[in-house]
Amino acid sequence: MNIPAPTIETHRIRVRLVWIIPIVAAVVGVTLVIQNWRERGPRVTITFESGEGLEVGKTLIKYRDVTIGRVSQITLSDDRTHVEVVGDLVKSASDVAVQSAQFWVVRPRIGVGWASGLDTLLSGAYIGVEPGTGGGSRTRFIGLETPPPLDHGSQGRQIVLSAHDLGSLSAGAPVYFHRFQVGRVIEEHLDESTAEARIVAFIDAPYDKDITPATRFWNASGVDLNLSAEGLKVRTQSAATVLAGGIAFADAPVSSDADVAKPEADFTLYADEQTAMAPPNGEPHIIRMRFEKPLRGLVVGAPIEFVGVEVGSVTSIDVGYEPKTVHFPVFVTGKLYPQRMGLAYKTIHANGAVSTDEDIVRFWGQLIGHGLRAQPRSGNLLTGRLYLALDFVPGAPKVNFNPAARPTELPTIESGMGELQANITQVVKKLDALPLERVVDHLDQDLTALHGTLGQINDKLLPSATQTLGTTHDALENVGDLLTGDSAFRVNIEQTLDDVQQTLHSFKALADYLDHHPEALIKGRPADPGIPQAKPAGKADGVK
Amino acid sequence: MQPVRAIDLGLMTCRVCAQVIDRATVGANVRCVRCHRVVTTRMRGSVEKSLALLIAGMILYFPANLLPVLHTSSVRGSSDSTIIGGILEFWDTGSWDIAALIFLASVVVPVTKFLAIGLLLWTVRWHSAWARHERAKLYRFVEFIGYWSMLDVVVVAITCSLLQFKALASAEPGLGIVFFCAVVVSTMMAARSFDPRLIWDTPGGGA
Repeated sequence: MNIPAPTIETHRIRVRLVWIIPIVAAVVGVTLVIQNWRERGPRVTITFESGEGLEVGKTLIKYRDVTIGRVSQITLSDDRTHVEVVGDLVKSASDVAVQSAQFWVVRPRIGVGWASGLDTLLSGAYIGVEPGTGGGSRTRFIGLETPPPLDHGSQGRQIVLSAHDLGSLSAGAPVYFHRFQVGRVIEEHLDESTAEARIVAFIDAPYDKDITPATRFWNASGVDLNLSAEGLKVRTQSAATVLAGGIAFADAPVSSDADVAKPEADFTLYADEQTAMAPPNGEPHIIRMRFEKPLRGLVVGAPIEFVGVEVGSVTSIDVGYEPKTVHFPVFVTGKLYPQRMGLAYKTIHANGAVSTDEDIVRFWGQLIGHGLRAQPRSGNLLTGRLYLALDFVPGAPKVNFNPAARPTELPTIESGMGELQANITQVVKKLDALPLERVVDHLDQDLTALHGTLGQINDKLLPSATQTLGTTHDALENVGDLLTGDSAFRVNIEQTLDDVQQTLHSFKALADYLDHHPEALIKGRPADPGIPQAKPAGKADGVK
Repeated sequence: MQPVRAIDLGLMTCRVCAQVIDRATVGANVRCVRCHRVVTTRMRGSVEKSLALLIAGMILYFPANLLPVLHTSSVRGSSDSTIIGGILEFWDTGSWDIAALIFLASVVVPVTKFLAIGLLLWTVRWHSAWARHERAKLYRFVEFIGYWSMLDVVVVAITCSLLQFKALASAEPGLGIVFFCAVVVSTMMAARSFDPRLIWDTPGGGA
């Protein structure tokens, strides 16, 4: 056996290079561990009322739709009143978990005119975060049950409104400016001390600049149906506010805000736009009026107008009694807001006539001296509502004004005599204008013609009608004779009918026979057809 | 008759073309006269190479299991699943057969390979004459099951290529599957680096 000699070569590659592989693997593994450890942020515990929709390992913690953590554990609290959710935040979000941070569960929520969190219908709930702005870090939080009303870092201004009642407002209700939604109600509560509703609203930038001390807010909720001396009024803001309520605001007319300065953060929420836009009322002045006649249609709240401007309202209506004369006068008390007179008030004020209460009363005295009287007037013919008008009545009888009386007593005149007179005058004038004589002439002619026609009817038409009726009567009598019991006509008819009946019977028999034996038409009748014998019923059935 | 080792006869063979070479005429490092491949009596540094690859595989097995192998996203949200998480999910949803299969391929097979190769290396290191026939069978078994662990990789690859419905649902491979693939490759290489002839290089192994 000859085995060839191989060529010899010394090896250079060192086997130990293979150890690079496990070293690289170890380095990569350790790097991953370190990276994971470095990325791990703080662990926070959030308590919620319920863990609805939350899942360990799946539910995310998100801020601005970016995942910054994950729920790692959900447990019941020791006293079982709430749920403790443990979440691991990423390192970069560690500054989220500070004192003022807020956590809440984002679930689908649908209200009138808005909806939120609809993406969670499919993806499942997640935990939303509003990062805190300061304070030390913290690991235990109490979760909110509803999302905070403001989005992350909303620009705008928060305002506080106070109102007598809340109406149909609730958190989330829109705030409108010129019917654009520019904000929303974020909180509402009842002030314990004043029993007034306090409403916190947020106005988005840039509309917050539209809020000035002269801005008036009013409740734009629902449908405002108002039946008053001015007729029927229906007002709404938008379809959504009809259901969900809302607030509207606008600047008051410039003329009225000159000497009104309010703290910027606190506004009054008026019941409606009209009230809101009315000039500022100032201090009311109470007046009392005595009417001798009943005032049907005057109600509490009816307006009191001064030269056509509403300056106050009726606050009470009382019936008095005077035993001597057995008379029941009506006492009406009302509130007057002199400031509502606007420019007139300012002029009067500038003249220094009404700086004190006595001054005002003295001023009343002057006006009454010039013929100022209170008078109930019909505001609306349809509803019969009355309002009180303060007007200067020329030639009004002089009255004694008692400046010491409180409330100030205003002299009155009775319901709309002047008005009635004017109405009657108008009616009379219209009657005057009618062409009565011509109408009467025409009527006379027409009546004469009618008289002629009626005469003709009487003379000609009626006798002939009587004749015709008589003839008809005779004819009917003849017919009656013909049909009586034993008349020959009737007997004949009966005989004839009998004959016809017999003929029909024979004919029927023939028809039946031909039906069964049509050949008889050709062959003639067979000798003795006989009467077909009735077969026993049972056998006949069997044959069938 | 006892089998005789080539080394005892002073012979060696080329691993590629099976050319028999007389070891007595040459030194340790030779090239095949026919195909010029380096010819050695035993694979050089077999135990060391195999051990290094085995250790690398074991190290890589940790990230392979801890990191997500599959990232699925659908309208219901997105989720990352690890190998064990996937097995548990299949088990919980009633697909216990698929769960068992994946468990076999991704846990049983790699761990068996670690243990088997470890055992082989250990016994060879200490020139143990214990159960040589069984160890030879074990080696063949390890070589055989080696690539079955790639099942996981294939599952992920198919899932990712089939589950692509844009916004509705999609799946992407996670980093874990890369590590798992590395585990499979390194253990296969470890098995290949092991020279089974070493089993018989013990007293009484040849003659």
